[in-house]
Amino acid sequence: MITIEDIQKLSELSRIKIAPEEQETLRTQIESILGYIDQIKKATLVSDAVSQKPTVQAGALRNVLREDGEPHMPSEFTERVLASAPAREDNYLKVKKIM
Amino acid sequence: MIDVSKLTIESAHDHLIKGDFTAVELTQTYLDIIAKKNPEINAYREVFVDALEQAKQADIKIKSGKVGSVNLLTGIPFAMKDNILIEGRIAGASSKILENYKASYDATVTKKLKEAGAIFLGRTNMDEFAMGGSTENSAYGATRNPVDPTRVSGGSSGGSVAAVAMDGALAALGTDTGGSVRQPASFCGMVGLKPTYGAISRYGLIAMGSSLDQAGPITKTVADSEIIFNTIKGKDKYDSTSADSLFTGKEEKLKLTIGVPRHFMKEGIDVDVLKNFEETLKKLENAGHTIVDVSLPNIDYSLAVYYVLMPAEVSSNLARFDGIKYGAHADGKDLLEDYMLTRGQFLGKEVRRRIILGTYVLSTGYYDAYYGKARATQNLLKKDFIEAFKEVDVIVTPTSPTPSFKVGEKASDPLSMYLADIFTVTANLVGVPAISVPCGTANREGKDLPLGFQIMAPHFREDILFQLGKVVESVR
Repeated sequence: MITIEDIQKLSELSRIKIAPEEQETLRTQIESILGYIDQIKKATLVSDAVSQKPTVQAGALRNVLREDGEPHMPSEFTERVLASAPAREDNYLKVKKIM
Repeated sequence: MIDVSKLTIESAHDHLIKGDFTAVELTQTYLDIIAKKNPEINAYREVFVDALEQAKQADIKIKSGKVGSVNLLTGIPFAMKDNILIEGRIAGASSKILENYKASYDATVTKKLKEAGAIFLGRTNMDEFAMGGSTENSAYGATRNPVDPTRVSGGSSGGSVAAVAMDGALAALGTDTGGSVRQPASFCGMVGLKPTYGAISRYGLIAMGSSLDQAGPITKTVADSEIIFNTIKGKDKYDSTSADSLFTGKEEKLKLTIGVPRHFMKEGIDVDVLKNFEETLKKLENAGHTIVDVSLPNIDYSLAVYYVLMPAEVSSNLARFDGIKYGAHADGKDLLEDYMLTRGQFLGKEVRRRIILGTYVLSTGYYDAYYGKARATQNLLKKDFIEAFKEVDVIVTPTSPTPSFKVGEKASDPLSMYLADIFTVTANLVGVPAISVPCGTANREGKDLPLGFQIMAPHFREDILFQLGKVVESVR
């Protein structure tokens, strides 16, 4: 059961304003999708601990780390990256006052 | 004017080398077709003004004839999906939130194609942020199926596929998170490859579900698909999940054992799709391959697992679109309202829906029941495939349970749209490579709508996909 309050809470958590008239449609859609998804609860796991153990075969996801090093020149990419910012001041992104 | 309808990468390359036509002439031919057909099909979001200039550079390379400077892809005109970065050009993911975003670097696949001398004709329409199966979720209108423009191209790489299908490019790149290359390829009669997870670098693709995304070629033939795959594959230091194939090529088999998960094909499949699939199997058997039933005990859960893991990753990946760092910005009374308004206003309906769903399955109290359970079930699926591949060389299914549907037909019911991914999502969840190869048609209202045959192989065994894909092409 998904309520309108759930949708409002999720809207806040995900930082997406959802118009009041859209909330009910979204509620029914999310409920219907979750109704479908709920079938995974029936999947029988031998044991959750065992099945969550990462597989070692090809294609298994694993962390890859590297040594820190090869720093780039200061401000080498600044202009390219900041060129996309909606608002900037010098070499900073400009945002509204936070505190 | 060059007849491009029969051209393949290899034949175009031969013509370019022999001097039958130049890359400039070839590019101009495609540009003329795009100008004529794109207003109806809406495959391209933008045609690059410097396409002919790129072609001139390719012609210089070809004329110089220097060993090593000319490649099979030199002078070959490509279409690129709108979520693949090309430095200095707009990459919008067909979303209002990135409407004027200019890429600050090349994706690795872009870089490799550039080095090979390929020409980029333009960027193509897609479901917003690759979320959808019909390209109707683009903020810029649906891409229509060149075979029947009242129908969808499929998605999310619908623009890239339609571009090739309407002869508006010789090949294209798309991305595939749950079927976004294979399903539109099936709907438009093209070949679409989703490589092994990690076979191709994801660096410079606008991320959707990072543990599932792969770039893949869209082509007219399996041989073309193989050429592009071999050009863009390989380990990349900018994507730690990328890897070189460990396969050495020593175990080639001429006659394959083909596994069919019949227990998974009992309901919800169009009768023409099923009939065509059985006919294709019969032809493969006549060609000397062995068809056997294969059991994948947990495959019924694939789609449910996918629609937990994918939205979870979407909700995290798309948090970066906040109206501050890049893209569109809506102004509110404070920083929080800037975020809320920007994301509420510039993200489309389906994208908002998936972010909300992802936020839900990851939230306190639901995490174990959804995300945790889905990850565990995903591991069961991986084990199912590892077991199955001890008995068979490939696993085959139809690519999509139906041929292309009408524009607007499924737009109001997201769940019915999701069910169209039933056969494709598993390859992404398990990480194995999969290809869709045209295998015939189903007649609807006087139009012969293409159907696709999906082949899945063990990790890094794209070679088997190409081998059997070529057989499917030849017996069709």
